[in-house]
Amino acid sequence: MLRRLHHDQPESFAFTPANLEWAMAQITKYPEGRQASAVIPLLWRAQEQEGWISRKAIEYIAEMLGMADIRVLEVATFYFMFQLHPVGSIAHVQVCGTTSCMICGAEDLMAVCKERIAQNQFEISDDGKFTWEEVECLGACANAPMAMIGKDYYEDLTQERFAEILDEMAAGKVPTPGPQQGRFASEPAGGLTSLQVDDDKRQPHNASIDLAKSIGDTVKRIDGTEVPLLKPWRPAGAAGKQPAIERGDNLTRTPDSGQTPGPQPAEHTAPDATGTTKQEAPVDQKGRPAEGAPAAAASATSRAGETGAASDLPDEDTRQPEGLDKPRDGKGDDLTRIKGIGPKLAEQLNGRGIYHFDQIAGWNEAELAWVDRNIEGFKGRAVRDDWVGQARGLNSDGETDT
Amino acid sequence: MLKDEDRIFTNLYGMHDRSLAGAKARGQWDGTADIIKKGRDWVVEQVKESGLRGRGGAGFPTGMKWSFMPKESDGRPAYLVVNADESEPGTCKDREIMRHEPHTLIEGCLIASFAMNAHACYIYIRGEYIREREALQAAIDAAYEDGLLGANAAGSGWDFDLFLVHGAGAYICGEETALLESLEGKKGMPRMKPPFPAGAGLYGCPTTVNNVESIAVVPTILRRGSDWFSSMGRANNAGTKIFAVSGHVNNPCVVEEEMSISFEELIDRHCGGIRGGWDNLKAVIPGGSSVPLLPGSIMKDGIMDFDWLKENRSGLGTAAVIVMDQSTDIIKAIWRLSKFYKHESCGQCTPCREGAGWMMRVMDRLVTGEAAPEEIDMLLDVTKQVEGHTICALGDAAAWPIQGLIRHFRDEIEDRIKHKRGAPIAAE
Repeated sequence: MLRRLHHDQPESFAFTPANLEWAMAQITKYPEGRQASAVIPLLWRAQEQEGWISRKAIEYIAEMLGMADIRVLEVATFYFMFQLHPVGSIAHVQVCGTTSCMICGAEDLMAVCKERIAQNQFEISDDGKFTWEEVECLGACANAPMAMIGKDYYEDLTQERFAEILDEMAAGKVPTPGPQQGRFASEPAGGLTSLQVDDDKRQPHNASIDLAKSIGDTVKRIDGTEVPLLKPWRPAGAAGKQPAIERGDNLTRTPDSGQTPGPQPAEHTAPDATGTTKQEAPVDQKGRPAEGAPAAAASATSRAGETGAASDLPDEDTRQPEGLDKPRDGKGDDLTRIKGIGPKLAEQLNGRGIYHFDQIAGWNEAELAWVDRNIEGFKGRAVRDDWVGQARGLNSDGETDT
Repeated sequence: MLKDEDRIFTNLYGMHDRSLAGAKARGQWDGTADIIKKGRDWVVEQVKESGLRGRGGAGFPTGMKWSFMPKESDGRPAYLVVNADESEPGTCKDREIMRHEPHTLIEGCLIASFAMNAHACYIYIRGEYIREREALQAAIDAAYEDGLLGANAAGSGWDFDLFLVHGAGAYICGEETALLESLEGKKGMPRMKPPFPAGAGLYGCPTTVNNVESIAVVPTILRRGSDWFSSMGRANNAGTKIFAVSGHVNNPCVVEEEMSISFEELIDRHCGGIRGGWDNLKAVIPGGSSVPLLPGSIMKDGIMDFDWLKENRSGLGTAAVIVMDQSTDIIKAIWRLSKFYKHESCGQCTPCREGAGWMMRVMDRLVTGEAAPEEIDMLLDVTKQVEGHTICALGDAAAWPIQGLIRHFRDEIEDRIKHKRGAPIAAE
């Protein structure tokens, strides 16, 4: 499923003060340097606040967590609960469509969505209030069919009841979530078969309904003031605090690289009996550039840059390369070993005092451009065949790579 | 039938007092410090002896898993991670534990973390369980307030912090290494094993990942003794288990029962029988979407435990029982699972990423009957090629339901193709 950012993005994003405080508290759940772990909860809070995830929100959270933007974007697009497009102003309705619900009538519920909200998933209804989506198993299978509206599960639905719920919501009311046909939670509808309870001791609602009613935020955009912020865990993640490790393994993190290191076995200590100590197999990869600064002569990119530049030089900036009066030691190199230089060309070059590979290898842009334009009958060959690069190769190892 | 006094989850439906005081009144948090004072080895040994097998699907012995953790720290901290990413279609048992019995889980986290030398534990709950998260967090807050968590947790001398974190709707994060990736703030793509999490898991540190139910049953096992737990169920299938029954039964429900209960008793006693009577039973998926279905004729005599279901080429999985009666279009029901796996494949391994979509598209045509008969074998062949050729088990899970369908309902697929006059279309 293709998931892209919305074409029409808001100008800015910021957490409300209470949400920001909440977000900062989440980060303290993780050991130092592991704040990237908080990315899903923070993105989720951004969505709870705005209804969907915008590009600005992604950048804001990347900044907060010291992550590269792309890492946060990657997470936002991978996890299906993140809405990357605006949703209905009241609620985004998620109907569970997986097998248990399907065989109990989820398709009827989706028919209601199509009629009442919009023909297609993720399409905003005409009144702007709703969007809907078929989601995979929501984990309330004993209460099938069901749908999640806002933060709550509406279970044991019928087509009629589901339509009523949507109508009530459109009118600004929030119907009581949970089982809609008189069940308490997921007990057998026909009466308890275990765990009997006296009526006078029985709780009024199951835990989910209780929270929905007491917080009252089923379809609310969350600003962080709904529930008091608690962070009872010990300060600065004392439990998760990692002692400084001197083995140089993955636990040390460069603070500003924006990268969270992956799990890597330590370099010299095997983590288990397999004896694996490095994740990277010691294979000589041909396609991989050599590490370190590229050597000027061998670098393909610098060659391309040079010859490209040579062909762009205006004529007045070109310069005839200096020649020798006669070959050194009385004998010149065999210039025809350079691809593109035949006996005829070699003769012409010799005529201009060019006898050796190292002379050609030493040409700068201006000189190359002059040769390129002034060798009779072969204009353009010097640049196109990269004589300089070839000569450098021959100069160093005596072979071209043909 | 399991008696109420032998149930571990005594407030599964949340009808009794759900507060910490209520949980204590039901016997939770009783003598936790004494259990911990008996030492790490004792705890692991008891769990081993109890015969507890992981409740998350694979059924790996929990005690043995714990014993893989390094005995001495090499400087790295150890972590317990609780897998509360309950997303397997049909499964809705951990939800009830987290919202109605949170203290069984919290106490279990403390004891299990102690047994694994971990001072911190993360519970990773699926993103959609918002109220369950709030309920569990409220219980954690209350436990901190009461001194049951934090420094010197429950007076045991063990410093312990429990963190609740959540995902955002990715089934794959129920796979343990994908869960760890997600917990580190990345895409939930499973890791290669080895190294196993016990060697290098969360943040590269020794980690054990356990299902919610596996952890939540531990305090009661330790309090009542491993003998009590292992006395229930057949050999090698010890204890009690929460079953989640959905689909075409009269009263779908979640219920704790003794392991190795017969399928018939489970359905008749708790679910009010099959809708339309036992003759109306067509097929059953006995352990969540990933296990092959079994036809009603076999399941009528079924025993709900790991070994019996395995012998019958299915599995107990998460004990999420999906019952289908004769009105069900069985091909479509399995097609829907194929669609699920296509949607949830993380895209890392080619056989699963491409195979899941391919299998779904062939299933599309089997549902309408617009396929050639030889495509059935071709589909079966593809499932075999996906199975076992991926980093994690999602590829297998996508393949098995289709294999089960073809094994038991091949004639129905063939009939449908026969009765549909359409030109066969080549597979995409």
